Amino acid sequence: MELVLMTFFPLVGVLALVLLAPHQKNVMRWVALITSLITFGLSLWVLSQFDPTKSTNMAVQLPWFRLAGVPIEFYLGVDGLSILMVLLTTFLTPISILSTWKAVEEQVKGFMIFFLLLEVGMLGVFLALDLVLFYIFWEFTLIPMYFLIGIWGGKRRIYAAVKFFLFTMAGSILMLLAILYLGLQAGTFSQPQLIANRAIYAGAEMLLFLAFGIAFAIKVPIFPLHTWLPDAHVEAPTAGSMILAGVLLKMGAYGFLRFNLPLFPQASVQAAPVMAILAIIGIIYGGAVAFAQKDVKKLVAYSSVAHLGFVVLGIFALNVEGVSGAVLQMVNHGISTGALFLLVGMIYERRHTRELDAFGGLWKIMPIYAGISMVVTLSSMGLPALNGFVGEFTILVGAFGSKVYGSPWFAGVATTGVIIAAVYLLKMYEKIFLGPVTHSENKSLKDLSVREIITLAPLVVVIFWIGIFPKPFFDLINPAVEQLVQLVQSAAMVLH
Amino acid sequence: MFLHETTSMDPRFLLVPLVVFLPVVGILLNWLFGKRLGEKGIGAIASLAAGGSFVISVILMLALREHTEGAVVPFMQWISVGSLDLNWTFRVDTLAVVMMLVVSGVGTLIHVYAVGYMHEDVHHQGDPARFRRFFIFLNLFIAAMMILVSADNFLMLFVGWEGVGLCSYLLIGFWFEKGEDGLGNARAAKKAFVANRIGDFGLLIAIFLIFWNFGSLDFETVFHQVPFFASSQPGVLVAIALFMLLGVTGKSAQIPLYVWLPDAMAGPTPVSALIHAATMVTAGVYLMTRSQVIFSAAPQAQQVVMWIGAITAIFAALIAVGQFDIKKVLAYSTISQLGFMVAAVGMGAEVAAMFHLVTHAFFKALLFLSAGSVILGMEKGLETNHHGHGEGGEHTDPQDMRNMGGLRKKMPITFWVYLAGTLALAGIAPLAGFFSKDEILAAANETNKFVFVILISAAFLTAFYMGRQVWMVFFGKTRSSAAEHAKESAPLVTVPLIILAILSILGGGLNFPGVLTLEHWLEHTINIPHESAFNLIVAAGSLAIALVAILLSWMVYGRTPLADSKSIDPLAKSLGGLFRAMNKKFMVDELYQAVILKPYTRISDFFANPVDQGFIDGIVNGMGSLANSLANGLRKLQNGYARTYALSVVVGIVAILAYLLFRV
Repeated sequence: MELVLMTFFPLVGVLALVLLAPHQKNVMRWVALITSLITFGLSLWVLSQFDPTKSTNMAVQLPWFRLAGVPIEFYLGVDGLSILMVLLTTFLTPISILSTWKAVEEQVKGFMIFFLLLEVGMLGVFLALDLVLFYIFWEFTLIPMYFLIGIWGGKRRIYAAVKFFLFTMAGSILMLLAILYLGLQAGTFSQPQLIANRAIYAGAEMLLFLAFGIAFAIKVPIFPLHTWLPDAHVEAPTAGSMILAGVLLKMGAYGFLRFNLPLFPQASVQAAPVMAILAIIGIIYGGAVAFAQKDVKKLVAYSSVAHLGFVVLGIFALNVEGVSGAVLQMVNHGISTGALFLLVGMIYERRHTRELDAFGGLWKIMPIYAGISMVVTLSSMGLPALNGFVGEFTILVGAFGSKVYGSPWFAGVATTGVIIAAVYLLKMYEKIFLGPVTHSENKSLKDLSVREIITLAPLVVVIFWIGIFPKPFFDLINPAVEQLVQLVQSAAMVLH
Repeated sequence: MFLHETTSMDPRFLLVPLVVFLPVVGILLNWLFGKRLGEKGIGAIASLAAGGSFVISVILMLALREHTEGAVVPFMQWISVGSLDLNWTFRVDTLAVVMMLVVSGVGTLIHVYAVGYMHEDVHHQGDPARFRRFFIFLNLFIAAMMILVSADNFLMLFVGWEGVGLCSYLLIGFWFEKGEDGLGNARAAKKAFVANRIGDFGLLIAIFLIFWNFGSLDFETVFHQVPFFASSQPGVLVAIALFMLLGVTGKSAQIPLYVWLPDAMAGPTPVSALIHAATMVTAGVYLMTRSQVIFSAAPQAQQVVMWIGAITAIFAALIAVGQFDIKKVLAYSTISQLGFMVAAVGMGAEVAAMFHLVTHAFFKALLFLSAGSVILGMEKGLETNHHGHGEGGEHTDPQDMRNMGGLRKKMPITFWVYLAGTLALAGIAPLAGFFSKDEILAAANETNKFVFVILISAAFLTAFYMGRQVWMVFFGKTRSSAAEHAKESAPLVTVPLIILAILSILGGGLNFPGVLTLEHWLEHTINIPHESAFNLIVAAGSLAIALVAILLSWMVYGRTPLADSKSIDPLAKSLGGLFRAMNKKFMVDELYQAVILKPYTRISDFFANPVDQGFIDGIVNGMGSLANSLANGLRKLQNGYARTYALSVVVGIVAILAYLLFRV
């Protein structure tokens, strides 16, 4: 029941918020913050009881309803693939809420309600082991995010929100068809049981892989399905961008790990080189496009395309190094890119612009802001002893020796991504922080407030922690990844 | 030769993590309390932190004298995934300790010097608050460099490797609002980082190859298996060595990636001395010496290493002859000298390379710091001039040697130590550079006559451009009012110079022919196929060549000094186009700009707009409007508007295509 309590606890906050009068803005903020902090506490409680070697922990499995005679269950459980995603969600949510303290002044109640609902949806996605339940949570996350962008977003918020919604929906419809097909064929919607009964649908593996894969690829996003991302990021409010990049994108990569790999192992092996090529295009193309951007937020958005390219490359290496590295890199990207969006939001609140050319020389004016930005930028760049490096290195090692890729060229080409990342990130840093102060508006900018430093501090701590001592994280991930890789490899061998 | 974890380890070896952690403590103290402590306190903490590292290094050296096999000191687990099992593990052996002593020894002297130098510099540049930041970065550099040289596996080495690169970036861009257009320094910093990243790409690939072929990244495990690979898969070793070499060309500024180092002179002078001359840039030489087993098992790669080093040595020396900025001359000289070391490694003369690395650290740090003293003196002269006369001289570049002249009398201590550094670098016996360069030349003489000729020509040019520099800076009459009013620097600056001058004079004793202290020290860690022999003919020949070069430089620059700061360099008259080419650095920067940077910018713009927002997003939006128009079209089918909509779709597609075609 721990999982149920944790997943739905944010609803308590939602209830409380509903009861508050519209003018009690600060109370609302505190309610939302405390709710999300308690949820984080609950997730630590879950962590304390978590056994990485077990394939499902704290499972809750209740009969729910039947669809054409096939039982649909309320089935939650947590394993090494999902535990860090759960923690990432509960960790980033309070930070995001704290970041809205000054930024969101209108309809605070609605904002906080959607935010907490979003948290429920995200946790559900990472915990659901029944395909229909997963689908419900998956679609459910769309609604609060749609409103967060559409109501509290920038100038083109409606366009961005609709684009985000339609893109994801388009992918999900195929996934829904595939889920129904699977369930009706195999007589179950439970992920573990479907794995056990894989022989029943083995003939349609590749089609099913594609149906799931397109939905997840849009979410990741994998080139060329990424164009919703820059629009959504640029228009979303800071907290929305943070959660979008930090958690929602991870749902796509997680989907591959939870469903595509174990349910369709043979297709995964067959598709691996193609996925790798798309991932590498994402790394190089995303980095090049990021370099050309004039809007900081767009630059960071395209950098996500590049970073998630590394994640996909690691996943489809289908060996322990690659997949574990990918899971850790999902966390790293959530932390680093979340922090980058937070930093962009802080400067936007001050200057109401995100044009790179509007800045310059800020190191002199906002030294604390510049210092933290430096650490986060370096983390995103994959500097050793910071988190990004550990993930990227492990992924590249995995990809380099991957049997399904069959050639070190994939990793070799992908490694040029470290040069490309340095080029666009250093350009960003130079444009904002270095050089002389050329705009008089910038001369009077205030450095970070205590609240802002508190918002950023946990992220910076994790950046160093994972960079220097990632072992506790890998210890959580490794056993589940080993089982997954084992499953894919043996299944692929049998079917060959 | 390979170490084993001894059960009864000398407890002194367990101190090795402190070489990293003492500077880290310095960082933390200055970060937390520096603001309240003031310049003296900050400088003291930082210098003590570096000095503490030096003391630890000395203790480790003493322990190694008794236990020459050294020790491996595990510290903490790091990455453990699948077959990847990496730890933070320190390694103490004779090679590592040589590097530790150089880094922390020269590093400490430069910290002390920087207390005096930065006091002036931060006031001159107008931001005294940045004093603290400078010393935090400087300590960070020592910590990163120590990680690099004390690592027991390739990945921990890589942490230090990129860490020193970061410090280099931060310190080149220290005055980030200065330089050309206010962005010159920032751009120089970025250039250094990116050039190093290209090198790091090579080193990463080498690391992947090592891991998948040897199953480990620990030095010992890897090197043990090399003989097996040398017979079964020599190609793997060649590939590893060549990718590693790419990393070396980045960090140690060799062709083709050397272009960042001259620009790196934008950093404050202590940085140029410590990072861009004495220590960081020698990391590549250290890496190849450490991986000697791999390189010597890959003779084809060795050839490439040797040629890269030799060509860099002569190419950079030629450019140095045509420079007027006092620090640029030294920067190209550093590239050239690093070329000597790299060539030595390529010839299998690792001891000679390490010997030259150490002596070069002494005399090049000395030269840079003395140049810094000259610049300080010039800046003081400029300021006096402003206060005193107020006449036009504001655009006097205090680093341009054409504006100097006659400083021998204004700054006597600086002159004498500069002279010591010059003679050491030029290879005049019995100063340090004579012995170390001679070992490299002797090795070249035995290995490859072409390389020998190239290196001895580079040695000739070295003596020539250093002679040119000394005549231009210290002799003749003063050519600007800044030089006229230049003043000698304070003792905090000059005392470290004197110590370095003594080291530059006596440093040859480290591996004195016949005694070979360094060689016998290193033989516990690296292979030394045969004892270095002193070749009298080569030594006498190279000495004669250096003397001729200095004489020649006197004939060109000493006998008739430049008349004033506007006069044309006499070589420009006699050499014409060649001198202009040397002065323009053979246009390599411009070439890279045209061949790599411009195209990359254009490609990324092309990807960003026509491709991403135009084509890919166009398809997406097109599908949206297609659905829309289909719906509308169906609704309005009776009205006969369908054609209009269908037409608009076609028009849209044609428009996108046309846009794409003509935009490019």
